[in-house]
Amino acid sequence: MTTAEAPATSPLLASRALHVTFPGRRGAPPAQAVDGVDLELAPGEIVALVGESGCGKTTLARTLLGLVRPTSGEVSFGGETLDYRARALKAYRKRVQLVLQDPSGSLNPRHTVYDAVAEGLRIHGHPGDERAAVAEALSRAGLRPPERFFLRYPHELSGGQRQRVVIAGALVLGPELIVADEPVASLDASVRGEILALLLKLRDELGLSALVVTHDLGLAWNIADRVAVMYLGRIVESGPVEDVLTHPQHPYTQALLSVLPEADGEPVVLSGEPPDPSRIPSGCRFHARCQVLASGRAEEAGVADKCRTEPLPVLPAHADGPQVACHWAAARRVPRPGGPQE
Amino acid sequence: MHAVRGVDLTLAAGQKLGVAGESGCGKSTLALALLRLLPASAHLSGEILLDGEDVLTMKWGRLRAVRWAGASIVFQGAMHSLNAVHRIGDQIAEPLLIHGRATPAAARKRTAALLEQVGLPAARADAYPHELSGGQRQRVMIAMSLACDPHLIVADEPTTALDVMIQAQILRLIEQLVADQNISLLMISHDLAVLADTCDRLAVMYAGRVVEEGPAAAVHTAAHHPYAQALSAAFPRIGDPASRRAPRGLPGDPPDPARLPTGCTFHPRCPVALASCTQDDQPLREAAPHHHAACVHVSPAIPQGVSAP
Repeated sequence: MTTAEAPATSPLLASRALHVTFPGRRGAPPAQAVDGVDLELAPGEIVALVGESGCGKTTLARTLLGLVRPTSGEVSFGGETLDYRARALKAYRKRVQLVLQDPSGSLNPRHTVYDAVAEGLRIHGHPGDERAAVAEALSRAGLRPPERFFLRYPHELSGGQRQRVVIAGALVLGPELIVADEPVASLDASVRGEILALLLKLRDELGLSALVVTHDLGLAWNIADRVAVMYLGRIVESGPVEDVLTHPQHPYTQALLSVLPEADGEPVVLSGEPPDPSRIPSGCRFHARCQVLASGRAEEAGVADKCRTEPLPVLPAHADGPQVACHWAAARRVPRPGGPQE
Repeated sequence: MHAVRGVDLTLAAGQKLGVAGESGCGKSTLALALLRLLPASAHLSGEILLDGEDVLTMKWGRLRAVRWAGASIVFQGAMHSLNAVHRIGDQIAEPLLIHGRATPAAARKRTAALLEQVGLPAARADAYPHELSGGQRQRVMIAMSLACDPHLIVADEPTTALDVMIQAQILRLIEQLVADQNISLLMISHDLAVLADTCDRLAVMYAGRVVEEGPAAAVHTAAHHPYAQALSAAFPRIGDPASRRAPRGLPGDPPDPARLPTGCTFHPRCPVALASCTQDDQPLREAAPHHHAACVHVSPAIPQGVSAP
């Protein structure tokens, strides 16, 4: 599935034209949770997928994990298209591990730390020394000495320690990729930094890639290489963290950054809730809430009609620089003579 | 177990005070104690003066009158604080009716006005909590807290479970309502940046005690106590090269209130602890005018504070 645009290193994980649609309840129109996403993750890369709740970021993550089958489009891992037969999926889930938000919910309260970490090994039939593997995973996750934690139960641990146990459980199978859904949202402020530092350390030591799903832009700034901003089932802006977070092009990204407590300038508080994925607006999907359109700046740039009527193409999965799906941002960019600017 | 150990705070009328700290530091216990909402097994000592009246020694009837009308609380999880089987309009009207402030018809009218005040259409009064989004539910909680025109609103993590955009909406709403009606605000959160943005003064709690207290901006950007410094570094400022690919946290975990460390309770996690910190607990010292911190490194002689390197 390589195209002419593919980067030098082949991606570890890639999605192509991914769509996930859930049937509507009681005659409601179907919800297009993921509505055309091309995304790539290079080996050893940390990508943050950010957006409000309901934007489809969790569904996208679950689809990439093979937990949800896409309605159309495909997921590929290590260059091979994901196979949804049971045996192939089981093998896939050894290579890709999920870490969830609330460690208290992901750990069985009646299993000891040892059992929680060893469970994956037992499911996948670990040939070697189980005890040594568990000990190594625990110490990699920062629980040292590991033997001291073997027989503890989740309720005896602090929130940060529990999240480390969850991460150890993910590490024990030697995955190539971790998908973490809000990994620090339920942790205390002082512990948060330690867990994020752990993810960075694992990348440096093991070359572990990570896709971090979050609504926390500070987290992306802290650990990610690239960031993808999702709105209503589509990635609307993506690129290196420095570019996207310090020079956001899309009005939605600009608004998200402007409401952070320490942001400079006047906050742009978008009114209302994110719109309904079963009724995606025509034209640019953000136009109904767009502050640039509402303030008339899009009109000045001569793109207001386009914003309301002309849908935007899906952003390509990988490019060197930042990319944005916005008529206004495209119009503001001075076209290079001789061709459209990347 | 001592959840809150000797906290002195004052909040002037119309002022906004933020209390920051991690889970288990006693900040929610403090909020509940303010209105005597703790279980009967809790032992309270000291004084809680609300408009000069001690809440702790109040008679039951007076206490009931003060709750909602003197001070009201906005709790964290709006889904758990609202009754799932009652319409939200009835829940907002409930304190009005109980306090005998309105007839049922007047209460309905007031409910509609309150809903509009918090940015919800009055027709939503007929909705059940599950029909609302998280942000809308939090708006209902705020409408409820305003129902009896309190002088003080205690907001316990009012935006914690919400998205950034909804959080911004709710914070603006709280700020605007508090400013318009000259209500005092005591806001509790773990996010120092949010508090610094909303409040006039900030108090940072650790293990049941205030370890730093001062003007909001100063506590946030130029903290003296190493714990307060760590807390403000925990949420990075985007664009700050120092925090890029460098998440900062504190080793260790918040202490168990049942087994507090000796001396300064922060010493096991403190990067600048001295040998004496294991023995001597530090009182709040003046670090700058109107700014206090409980750390051995804070010396009153040097106004700009030296503290941690």
